[in-house]
Parts: sequence; C-alpha cells; structure tokens
Amino acid sequence: MTNTNLVRIWKFGDQIDTDVLAPGRYMKGTIDELAAHCLEAVRPEFAANVKPGDIVIGGVGFGIGSSREQAAQALTHLGVGAVIAAGAARIFYRNAINLGLPVLVSPDTDKLIDGAMVAFDLEMGIVKNAQGDVIAKCETLPAFLLEIVRDGGLIPNLKKKLAKR
Amino acid sequence: MSSQTISQKIIARAAGLASVSVGEIVTCKVDLAMMHDSGGPRRVESKLKELGVGLWDPSKVVLVSDHYTPAVDVDSAGILSLTRKFATLHQIQNFYDGVGICHVILPERGHMRPGLFAVGGDSHSPSGGAYGAFMVGIGATEMAGVLATGEIWVRVPETIRVEWHGALGRGVTAKDILLKLCASLGMNNDYKVIEYAGSTVAAMPMNERLTMSNMSAELGAKTGIIAPDATTIADLAAKGVNVDAWQQTLNSDEGATYLAQHIFDASALAPQVAAPHTPANSHAVTDTDKVKLDQAYLGACTGAKENDLRMAAEILKGRKVAHGTRLLIAPASTQTTAKLAADGTLAILLEAGAQLLPTGCGACAGYGAGVLADGEVSIASTARNFKGRMGSAKSHVYLASPYTVAASAVKGEIADPREFLS
Repeated sequence: MTNTNLVRIWKFGDQIDTDVLAPGRYMKGTIDELAAHCLEAVRPEFAANVKPGDIVIGGVGFGIGSSREQAAQALTHLGVGAVIAAGAARIFYRNAINLGLPVLVSPDTDKLIDGAMVAFDLEMGIVKNAQGDVIAKCETLPAFLLEIVRDGGLIPNLKKKLAKR
Repeated sequence: MSSQTISQKIIARAAGLASVSVGEIVTCKVDLAMMHDSGGPRRVESKLKELGVGLWDPSKVVLVSDHYTPAVDVDSAGILSLTRKFATLHQIQNFYDGVGICHVILPERGHMRPGLFAVGGDSHSPSGGAYGAFMVGIGATEMAGVLATGEIWVRVPETIRVEWHGALGRGVTAKDILLKLCASLGMNNDYKVIEYAGSTVAAMPMNERLTMSNMSAELGAKTGIIAPDATTIADLAAKGVNVDAWQQTLNSDEGATYLAQHIFDASALAPQVAAPHTPANSHAVTDTDKVKLDQAYLGACTGAKENDLRMAAEILKGRKVAHGTRLLIAPASTQTTAKLAADGTLAILLEAGAQLLPTGCGACAGYGAGVLADGEVSIASTARNFKGRMGSAKSHVYLASPYTVAASAVKGEIADPREFLS
C-alpha cells in the first residue's frame, strides 16, 4: 500500500474532558467560534493548525464529562479524521460516531508519537508509518457502527433506513 | 433464565425479551426522553427536519429549560424562545420553563419511576437511577434519533456493585461518598452500571440518593442505580404516583453477576474535598490545605436541592460569611426556594450574607451568574471541577458537600464542617 494520504498525529494525555474540547463559555455561539477554542486549555495552537484528516490521539478517559455533542462536533468541524484513544467516555464515543467521526480504542497509543505522519485504515483498525509498517492496532468498530460512520452519521443513516420502511 | 441485575431486567423489558446477557447489543423502546434548552430543541430541530418526522410520542418527552434561564443576553433569550416554540409546535405537555434543573424537576414533578428505560440529553441523567430507573445520558444527534423512532441501541452493561454499610458521621453526606468513590474507583468506569446498596443507602432520603446517582456520571458510568424500596414508594405516593408490583419489587436477583463488588464502611468516612482539576483528586478535608477562597457556590442538580440547602443552613445559622469571600446560592428549583422560604431556612442563608441567584444550571457549567476570573479560587457543591468549567481556565475549583462549602464560606478558607456541628 502506498501512503498517499499521510495525516498528522496530534497527541494528548489522559482525561481530555468535554470542557477542554468544547468550553462552556463558548457554547452559546456558533460552531465556528467554539471550534476555534477546542483543546486550547491544553494546547492553544491546535485549532489553528490541525489539517483535514489529522488524527487525535488520547489516553484513557477521552471525552469524559458533559453530554454536549459539540465536544465531538468541534473536532469534526476542524476536519479531524479519527480519534484513537486508550479509552473513550461512553457519551462522547456515541456522539462522535453519530456525527460520523470514528473513535477507536487502542492498546498501542504509546507507539503513536505527536507530530508523526501516518496512514490510518478505519476498517482494518490499523495505523501505519510512512514506510508502510503497522505501528498500532485498534479495536475495530462493529459493522453497524461502521455503517453509521460511512453514512456520515446517524441522521443520514436513519434517513436511509426510514426511506426503506 | 440466568440471574439478572436490575439493569438487565429493565433493558430486557424495554427490548421485549425475557432476559439479556452482558455484552449483547439490543434495541430498546424508550419510556421517557428528557432534554434541555442547551442540548435539546436548538440542536435536534434541524435533524428532525432533515428526517422529515415529528416526535414519536410527545407524552413521553419531558423538556426543561434550565441552562440559559433566565436569559442574560440576546443569544440566551433566543435559545429559550426557540425552546418554547419547539414545545408548542410539537405539543410537548411536559415543558418546564425556568422552574428548575432537569434532574431535579423530573423527580419533583413525578416523572421518575422504578423500571423506566429512560434517556436524557445531559450527562447527569444517571440521576434517574435514584428511583430505580435505567436512565442514561445521550447527545443531541442520538436524541434526534430517539425522538424520531422511540428506540435506541444499547450494549447490555456489566454492573459494579458498591455497598456502603453503617451510619455516616455528622456532617458527612452522599456527596462525600461520591467524591470518595471518584478517588477510589476512578472516573473511567465506561459502559459500566454502578449499583448502590447497603444500609447507608437504605437510610438515605431520596434527595441524597439523587446525589449518589447523579455523580455516577463522574465515575464514567453508564448509569448509577438504586433498587426501589419503601422510601422510594412513599416519595412517589406523596406525588400521587402509583407503581405496580413489578416496579415495587424490582431488584437484582440473588446470584446476579457483577464485574466487581466493593464494600465501604460509612462510619469511617470524613468529609471529602476534590482539589483542582478533577473530582478524582479527592481527599479528606483534614488532609486538604486551608486554601483561601474568593467564592463559595451552592448550586446545581448535585448540590442545591432542598436538603442540600438545609445542610448549609445548619452551618450558617447565626453565623456570617467571611469578609473577602462571597457565598452564592442558586437553588435547584423554584419549588425548593418556595419551601425554604416558607419555613425560614432561606432567611438563615440570606442573613448569613449569601447572595441568592436565579434557579438554573448557572455557574456550574460556566453558563450563568457566578463565573470565576483568572486566578480566583472557589469551593462548590457542584459535580465537576475540570479546568475552565466554572469560568476562567486559570481559576481553581474545589468540590465538596453543602456542609463543607458553607463551613468554608464562614471561615473564608477550606474548612471542616464538623467544627461547626455539635
């Protein structure tokens, strides 16, 4: 496989909470405004520099806290392609997938280095380095969740299903 | 049929099955869907339009405006106005507009019952577990799916049983129990249900049980459930809610499987304080530095219910808030304020120098009055002290029980409430 689609890794620590992903004081405004402050409490340069397709890596407890969907939406708005974490909070996990942002749990996050350029295969649940070597394996998504992600989220997925009824 | 936990029984019933196994993914029919002004209409309306459908059953929907009430600017006024229009358009009878925080309104107005399979558009939705309901938090897109179809998929969770036995000491509360659990069980019990039991829990009034289930969110749990008992049934009866035999006797079977069982001694527990910036950073108040405080905040679904504010009044009676510290109180519902006003409790709080704020989620999530400036330090009876949650990312929030918050307001620094209680 040739890695024509290399993306950057943005690595964060444990317990990245929803107040850090979507600060409460920007919740009234537009998603543009909110996303500009995504993760700024721990990494002020993130929102301005993240590129479409880039991958966010987290430790345990990624997305803990509030049910606010904007925590996941801020990431999709900035173009983040996937979240790979040692552990993900339940509501964040569901919210992200419902918005078409895959969240994969991996025991190998220590092998993913901040700033590295990698290729990510969602279906296989693997991350490869620029040379094409597998550097991290993730738990793959069950087929029905993969379908929701592929459809672009729960709403397009339901629309398809309701049309069939 | 294998032995089932309470959660398995509720999920099985909602899925139309005789029993369910841990790990199984099933589709459940939703008995109650709760949403609020922040994550509700303004986030789901466009999605429902996209799907071209209305609400599957408006009688099963409860809508509560609590995050942006009362409006403080044009943006928040607009959100509240949109919420009212949505309620009218979709004929939602159960609409509570600025009269309390959703997790307190649901039980106060008789919506919570044992055995319900319920979802809430807020992370503290596990609160419903205090009444023996299986209630989980979900996000807005998921809510739109529920509103459209009345269904949701769920992975049958493992249950962790947490038993507390014995009597809590004077000045020690359900809040202290949950802060202790955040420190000892951690905050990453993702996808697990916490089932609370034991003589300590059995002796608790419903408001204290609500605090237990409420802060299960901080444990990372899917929900936190307590089997209904005579206290639950009496509370419901007082609100005119009757429950059937299945609901009354709902409990985990002997021999039900638990992922883990933890047993704690309530009599050994001291008041707890969570230092910045996580509830897991909890220690006994006696092991916490006597940090000087700019603000003490009694608010939120977690810490401004009727009995929470009565606890604070026990401390504040005949005392004054320290010079240089401000005490803010945002009662969890207008009914709470009315009850406290009727019996003189509110006067005790105000005479001590407390500032009364509007009912609502307020500063707990950095939305309303009482947010913090750079470098300011606050103690709060709320549930979370993540960086920047209560205002500036450079502020510091300590979490504690209403007793400890009130005692700290009097001293102007973090204080042990037991010094004030005879």
